[in-house]
Amino acid sequence: MTDILMPALSPTMEEGTLAKWLVKEGDTIKAGDVIAEIETDKATMEVEAVDEGVVEAILVPAGSENVKVNTIIAKLAGEDGASASAAPAAAPVVAEAAPAPVAAAPAPIAAASNFADPELPEGTPTKKITVRDALRDAMAEEMRRDDRVFLMGEEVAQYQGAYKVSRELLQEFGDKRVIDTPITEHGFAGMGVGAAMAGLKPIVEFMTWNFAMQAIDHIINSAAKTLYMSGGQIKSSIVFRGPNGAASRVGAQHSQDYAAWYGNIPGLKVIAPYDAADAKGLLKAAIRDPNPIVFLEHEMMYGHEFDIPDVEDYVVPIGKAKVRRQGTDVTLVAYSRMVGFALQAAEALAAEGISAEVVDLRTIRPMDHATILESVKKTNRLVTVEEGWGPMGVGSEIVARITEFGFDYLDAPPLRVHQEDVPLPYAANLEALSLPSVDKIVKAAKAVCYR
Amino acid sequence: MARTRKGEAPAEKATDTGVNAFVGKEELLKFYQDMLLIRRFEERAGQLYGMGLIGGFCHLYIGQEAIAVGMQSISHKGDQIITGYRDHGHMLAAGMDPKEVMAELTGRAGGSSRGKGGSMHMFDIATGFYGGHGIVGAQVALGTGLALANHYQGNGNVSYAYFGDGAANQGQVYESFNMAQLWKLPVVYVIENNQYAMGTSVERSASETAFHKRGVSFRIPGEEVDGMDVVAVREAGARASEHARSGQGPYILEMKTYRYRGHSMSDPAKYRTKEEVDEVKTTRDPIDHIKERLAAAGVTEDDLKTVDAEVKRIVAEAAEFARTSPEPDPSELYTDVYLEAAE
Repeated sequence: MTDILMPALSPTMEEGTLAKWLVKEGDTIKAGDVIAEIETDKATMEVEAVDEGVVEAILVPAGSENVKVNTIIAKLAGEDGASASAAPAAAPVVAEAAPAPVAAAPAPIAAASNFADPELPEGTPTKKITVRDALRDAMAEEMRRDDRVFLMGEEVAQYQGAYKVSRELLQEFGDKRVIDTPITEHGFAGMGVGAAMAGLKPIVEFMTWNFAMQAIDHIINSAAKTLYMSGGQIKSSIVFRGPNGAASRVGAQHSQDYAAWYGNIPGLKVIAPYDAADAKGLLKAAIRDPNPIVFLEHEMMYGHEFDIPDVEDYVVPIGKAKVRRQGTDVTLVAYSRMVGFALQAAEALAAEGISAEVVDLRTIRPMDHATILESVKKTNRLVTVEEGWGPMGVGSEIVARITEFGFDYLDAPPLRVHQEDVPLPYAANLEALSLPSVDKIVKAAKAVCYR
Repeated sequence: MARTRKGEAPAEKATDTGVNAFVGKEELLKFYQDMLLIRRFEERAGQLYGMGLIGGFCHLYIGQEAIAVGMQSISHKGDQIITGYRDHGHMLAAGMDPKEVMAELTGRAGGSSRGKGGSMHMFDIATGFYGGHGIVGAQVALGTGLALANHYQGNGNVSYAYFGDGAANQGQVYESFNMAQLWKLPVVYVIENNQYAMGTSVERSASETAFHKRGVSFRIPGEEVDGMDVVAVREAGARASEHARSGQGPYILEMKTYRYRGHSMSDPAKYRTKEEVDEVKTTRDPIDHIKERLAAAGVTEDDLKTVDAEVKRIVAEAAEFARTSPEPDPSELYTDVYLEAAE
């Protein structure tokens, strides 16, 4: 008797829907037979048997949702008693994404719902939505509002998005406004900028920001600098967007955080939202903005659900940080996925009697230094958290600013939590050692509190 | 002044391409003036550079004048032009004010980018001139994007993306070719083959030196054109733009031409012989060439002298403006980095 387990079908999959069984109890199966269909948040995948035997019991019925990876879904009576397992039949949704061993799947970060925007009146109704769908809704709403807005990128149309962020946009807007490009980042980024110079408002999706290094010349030299070089004549109202930072076990070339890179460039605005409300509200603001925007999403956040204000035309202003948790002893400044880590760290610190304030930057450039400074004036201690490398990083900039303008308020030298100064390793243990963690943030916070 | 006006109704008879490429005496005279303006303007720019009034890089268009002028003569109002760093000729052909172009070269407030762009970075939406780009090959993807916008808006406009034999080896050129043909975008790629990518001859840098064939693997038609003959440029340009404008997709024109000066002002051009340069100047000069056509059409030396004097006056006026226009106000340092209003 051997177990068939719910397989992981993408680097970030934690659970899925067992859509359909293609075998029934008593069937004899052999290796390679398709036995079930599983829906992940990105795609429907066929699952093949790896071993031979008779299906003795189906433990998870068809239609079951939220089946955790590694759950026993069936039992197989093998002839020799060897262990049986299932494997994905086709390559997962992104070609480079081998199934992630479950042991390495990162612990889900608690999606604390505290959007509580001061601009919204008390009692504003909310609804639950994933970051993925929030981004999609933002694009759809802006495309309905302004016919100059269109989306182009790899697999955005017929495939419905490599990460399903553009799901159903092709159906609504057609192939003139949702454009599948060849795999040609340098070329299509440049064409996007050219179209923007002619007055359109393109959204250029990069399958990941790692691939945008092929296109960085157009983002910086063509999009960011031309308004200035033309004495204000030529604008580039364009949004470059896609997942940024480390997913899970995808190795050094697919795991970089570019916030500091683009944050260095005058002429660009750089946005890195954490929750669904900011993902939607800031993307809508970015599309309306007349400047070139670098919009850094996070693959690990796409599937997370948050409460979002259920109001029409929810737009969040660019350039304003948000205090996500009030505190008095230490300021934790983070952006994107690291905000969740910082909130968890604050929770852990509270248990030890340290009151941490968590500032979510939301926008990297222009950075809301005033909100950070106000917080440091209160707490007198600062820890920055970023997924990218430390040297010349986002944290470096924050610490420099606070040193320049808030030196007298500091009671301890600030500390930076960031990825270790190495290309991101693949091995699960080394990867975990390299990336920021809740534990590292807690330690840094205690250190600046001399605890 | 009598620069080419965009949107002019095509005159005289139509050719078998369906596009009017016929050139009459008046038009020839205008070509002569436009080409001479570019040459005299560039000569003066070289002089101002030597006097220290123009700084940085300055790439002169002398020798290649027939291309910008001939192509401009078939463009319609609303069409777009985009090129690389050797761009003064295209600006003047497009109809930009020589005073503003020269004042940009001297980095003055009266320059077309208010002194913030310089030789390689000028733009003018009114005349359809979209730069002026300093990264070799970038204008090809950008120009294809202008064509994407035309296609998206269905406005019937064509984008003309100019680049050299050097840029023709950049990868993004072929990424752009692929998408332009895939989506049938209205773009004409004008390859100005002046034989040298800075100091490297085409024989030393290109495995296929017939650049008009560079679109073959994308099914983009191309033809070789005598880029020293403004009439030949116009005729080929008419075929290419008709192809693009009628929804058949991109078209490649390889203009065989020659740059008389060094790559930039600081280039002594030791990679070619004086004899080679002199040979082109004496046998293929585009301005001499059109003078022969003008003589055949009955234009007198006196007529030409009138034009010469007018060009001289325009260039002198531009140089004077460029010398006397003030430097940009220090307050300009932080303007034009971002646009304010959301839309």
